[in-house]
This record gives sequence, C-alpha cells and structure tokens, in this order.
Amino acid sequence: MNRTRAKILSNERIMPDRFVMRLDAPSIAKSAKPGQFIMVKCNGGTEPLLRRPLSLHRIEKKRLSLLYQVVGGGTRILSKRKRREELDIIGPLGNGFNIDKSARLINILIGGGIGVAPLLALAEELKIRRLKTMVLIGAKTRSHLVGVEQFKALGIEVRIATEDGSKGYKGFATDLLKDEAIIGAYEPAMIYACGPKDMLMAAAGIARINSIECQVSFEERMACGTGVCLGCAVNTVKGIKMACKDGPVFNAEDIIWQK
Amino acid sequence: MAKMNKNLSVKIGKIRMKNPVMVASGTFGYGKEYADLIDLKALGAIVTKTITLGPRIGNLTPRIAETASGMLNSIGLENDGVEAFIEEKLPFLRKIGIPVIVSIGAEDIVSFKKLAKRLDRAKGVSGIEVNISCPNLADYKTKKEKQAKLFSQDKRLAYKAIKAVRSATRLTIITKLTPNVTDITEIARAVKDAGSDAVSLVNTYMGMAVDTDTRRPMLGNVIGGLSGPAIKPMALKAVWDVYNSVDIPIIGMGGIMTPDDAIEFIICGSTAIALGTANFVYPDKSIEIIKDLGYYIKSNKLKDIRALRGSLSI
Ligand SMILES: Cc1cc2nc3c(=O)[nH]c(=O)nc-3n(C[C@H](O)[C@H](O)[C@H](O)COP(=O)(O)OP(=O)(O)OC[C@H]3O[C@@H](n4cnc5c(N)ncnc54)[C@H](O)[C@@H]3O)c2cc1C
Ligand SMILES: Cc1cc2nc3c(=O)[nH]c(=O)nc-3n(C[C@H](O)[C@H](O)[C@H](O)COP(=O)(O)O)c2cc1C
Repeated sequence: MNRTRAKILSNERIMPDRFVMRLDAPSIAKSAKPGQFIMVKCNGGTEPLLRRPLSLHRIEKKRLSLLYQVVGGGTRILSKRKRREELDIIGPLGNGFNIDKSARLINILIGGGIGVAPLLALAEELKIRRLKTMVLIGAKTRSHLVGVEQFKALGIEVRIATEDGSKGYKGFATDLLKDEAIIGAYEPAMIYACGPKDMLMAAAGIARINSIECQVSFEERMACGTGVCLGCAVNTVKGIKMACKDGPVFNAEDIIWQK
Repeated sequence: MAKMNKNLSVKIGKIRMKNPVMVASGTFGYGKEYADLIDLKALGAIVTKTITLGPRIGNLTPRIAETASGMLNSIGLENDGVEAFIEEKLPFLRKIGIPVIVSIGAEDIVSFKKLAKRLDRAKGVSGIEVNISCPNLADYKTKKEKQAKLFSQDKRLAYKAIKAVRSATRLTIITKLTPNVTDITEIARAVKDAGSDAVSLVNTYMGMAVDTDTRRPMLGNVIGGLSGPAIKPMALKAVWDVYNSVDIPIIGMGGIMTPDDAIEFIICGSTAIALGTANFVYPDKSIEIIKDLGYYIKSNKLKDIRALRGSLSI
C-alpha cells in the first residue's frame, strides 16, 4: 500500500453519468490485483472531506483505469478533474479476487450496473492465464450497459440482461445464472459477482443451490479504506470482517446475509 | 524523517514526548495499519483504539456517514478485548519506540479498574487514556439504553471511575472527556481531583443525519459522533475553557487538519494535540504538522513549544 499523486492521463465521459479515468500510477499498478481498489481524494479541500473508494477497472504495467458513476458530490468533482492534473490516491487496497488456476473451471463473471467496474481487470487477468471465462452483464436499459465491447474484444462470451428488455434477456443478470444452459453445461464453475447487494444475494443463493463456488465483492461505507476506522463492517460466519481489509471480496457462503 | 527537536518536547504526567503531536484513539488502529504510509517513530505518541475487557462486535452498519466538513461514526468500540490486545497488538507497538498510550473503555467501574490493573502489568504501556466519553455504547435503535448517561456527563460518576483506575495503576492517566455537557470544566476538575494526570479534549459531538428518500437514519445505530473540521471551533473553546479554570495538562483535538489548526489548539492552552479524522484522509499529516511546528517556533522566535501554550493574547 502506498500513497501517490497520480497524473490523470484522461477522464472521459462514456455515458451521461459515467466516466473512465486513466491514471499514471506505477507504484500502485505494479502490485495491484483485480478486485482491489484505491481511495481517491477527489479534491484538495474538506468538501467532501473523506476519500472515495473506487475499484480498479483496468490494471496495466504503470497505469490504472477507473470506471465510475456520478452519484454525489465526490464523484461529481472527480468527473470535472482534467488531464495532466494530479490525483491523490492510496492503494492498492483490499484482498482482490481469488483466482482458481484450474483449467477445468469456467469462470462466470456477473456484474450489475457499475458493478462491472472490477470485472474487466479480472477478465483480462483470466485471459492472460488462458482460463475459460464468460460474462453476464445486467443493467436497467440498453443505454445503461457498460463494458460489453471491452469484454467482447477480449474474445469473451458476453450475455446481457436488461430490466426493460431493451437488449438481451428481459430481467436480471442473476436470471441468466439460473439458466440451466450456463450452469449445467459448464460445471464446475466459479462465480465472481459485483453489483448491488440484492444482486449479490441472489447470485449467492443460486450458487448455493447449485453447489458452485461464488465470490462477491462488497460495497460498504468507508472512511479510511485501510482497516483503521472499523466503519465498513460485514457480518460473516467467521465474525465481523472489514470490507476494506478482509474484503471487498468474500466467499458468498461466509456472508450472513441481511436485508 | 522528522528530526528530533528538543524545542518541541513536552511532558504529560510521567510521559516524555519528543514533540506534542499524537494520533487520537480510534483513528489510527494499533499503529501497524498505517506503518506503510507514515514514519511511526516520528510521532510524539500513539493512542490506540479503545479496548474493553472482553471482545465487542460493535454496532450495526452503516457505521459511517459524511456530513458538511465532517463525519459521523457509530463504530461501537469494536475490539477483541484486552488479552488479545496484549498478545497480538502490543508487541508491535512496543517496538516502535515512542510512548504508547492505551485507551480503555467500559460500562462499569469494576471493569475500568480491571483493565487498568491488567495493563499496569503489561510491558510497553506508557499510559492509559480512560475513555469515559464514547457516545456509541448505547443502543439507540431499540432505545433500550436511551437514557444511559456517559460517565463523562456526570461529575460524580467521572470522579468514581477515575478514582478506581487510579487505585489500580501507577501509569500516567489521561481522561478523555465528552463535549456533550453543560460545563466541561467541572468534569475536568472532578477527574483531576480523582487523580487523572491529564485530560483529552474532545471526544466526538453527538449528532445524526437522515436519508430523506427513505426517511431512515444514515447510521445503523441512529445517532453517532461528529468529528472533523466541522467541530474545530467548538473543540477549541472547550480547550480554552478548561485551560482557564483547571490546572491540568490538556491534549487538544477536534478537527485538526493543518499545522495552523494544531497551533490554534496550543495557543488556547493544549500541552499536546491529537489528529483524528485527518488520519483517514492524510495518514501522514501528523508528520507535516511536527515539521511545521518547528518552523513556527523558529520564525516566531519562541524559546520552545511550551512558550506557545496558552499564549492567546486578548
Ligand atoms: C470497495 C469499493 C469499490 C467501489 N468501486 C466503485 C467503482 O469502481 N465505481 C463506482 O462508480 N463506484 C464504486 N464504489 C462506490 C463509490 O465509492 C461511491 O459511489 C462513492 O463513494 C460516492 O461518493 P459521492 O461523494 O459521489 O457520493 P455521496 O454523496 O457520498 O453519496 C451519494 C450516494 O451514493 C451512496 N454511496 C456512497 N458511498 C457508497 C458506497 N461506498 N457504497 C455504496 N453506495 C454508496 C450514498 O448512500 C448516496 O446515496 C465503490 C465502493 C466501494 C466500497
Ligand atoms: C471512526 C472513529 C472512531 C473513533 N473511535 C474512538 C475510540 O475508540 N476511542 C476514543 O476515545 N475516541 C474515538 N474517536 C474519537 C477521536 O479520538 C477524536 O476524539 C474525535 O474524532 C475528534 O477529533 P477529530 O475531529 O480530529 O477526529 C473516534 C473517532 C472516529 C472518527
């Protein structure tokens, strides 16, 4: 873990409220793993005061990419930051996904909404290791879909679900998981899920019923991101864990799910 | 690395610190967490997360909410208990080579005494900070203990708690006070009379925030403690009030983010200062403040940091 002032290489609007930012951050990139995140100081002042956690969307040798959605003050300020400015970041943080090296497995990545963010880095890593991979992406409508082209460019099969049916299956990404064809055909599998809590819960349920291993990436409010403030508690069968340090990736079966 | 500078040294009870900059309880873990990001041995002292006799699992989530220039927390003193602390955390802390002040919390006086007694025998503890002011012990969701008073909100209870701790240890005792009282000076006087060597001012201000979409509280435990720049003017006044009426060393804190903030606290009467929320944002801010205090002393031609203490000119 280290703190650095990373140069912003680009900060591009890819949708009305979503951006991809590329950073020059060799000291963090060199040890970063898919599923890890960084704490970003969006500006220099006290408004907002705290850093914001953002997943690593892509990890290159010296560069990092972030995919973020503008939902409030911090991300709004971030969206206005310009190329060549410096961004104060701490990372890499958290445990990251646990990649099973077995070639027998089919790795099923499932992302809802902005939850797709860390899955591209994961897909790229799985690709490098030549492991079988497929991606299920869920979004509200076709215009909310992110990442489809990037996954396809990796030669990975992508299946889509939209809540209004404007593209792909009409329903949730987890409905695709239920699809016999996916689970039945490729067993054994490993599921990696990132998205809203309801989606993670649904994915965990399907995984349990079908005896498939499932890793879920959790989002909790964080102040420090480094295991100090004890703010981002997650209730697990192994006791209280911190999403920032013990997670954000947990084995689905360890989570004590709460509404 | 910050150089040793005699002009910055201060004393709190029996604890000698090479500079007056500490890190506040609950905002720096047990030291190890930030070891990658800051030169720990440059700090004046470290105050650990409050520990209790047995383990506590803490409060419901969300435990954090950001508010204007500040944050609310309702962690609920999550910790593994004193034995686990001594076994797993203390060895690392001891090796840093700076004073280690262990914060203790309890819901009854007997437990406070037991904790002090246990730590008195542990190797590598320089002092005890008695946290009689944590706002997050009561369960506000079920309103079961809603009326629960903090020890620090009643001068007789505060006196009794500190008296008990005093009887159990010869280590330096610092009492951490809540600002949620009508008159903080009478509490400071009570703990001084009970044998406290110093006071830490302030713990968080109780507060809340509401999600207007769901009409639910932003914190799982409904209320929490406010910290950060938002509380600084109020914390500063608490320090000034106590400095003017009770003769006891003060560790000032509440919203310190910059060297100037730290200097304000010293001018208002603090012997030492502590950074809390600032650590989350800039983990090495304390080092910058130590350096800047040195410059400030020099450029203002002061003999040492002690000459700055309480120097508010009115
Ligand atoms: C480990 C981790 C990785 C994340 N990765 C990404 C990512 O790659 N891309 C991305 O767009 N977002 C990601 N998030 C969520 C992101 O951190 C929040 O959206 C951001 O902090 C909001 O800040 P803000 O100031 O813009 O909004 P705020 O004003 O703070 O909040 C606006 C709204 O967002 C909600 N919110 C705030 N913080 C969080 C949070 N931590 N989790 C869930 N909801 C929150 C609030 O409840 C509120 O409704 C991640 C969160 C975590 C914990
Ligand atoms: C997340 C968090 C956890 C805290 N935990 C403790 C604690 O365990 N014991 C304690 O005495 N104070 C605790 N505090 C209070 C701080 O030590 C400090 O008194 C307060 O935050 C005011 O300083 P600040 O504005 O610089 O943060 C905590 C504060 C925060 C923000």
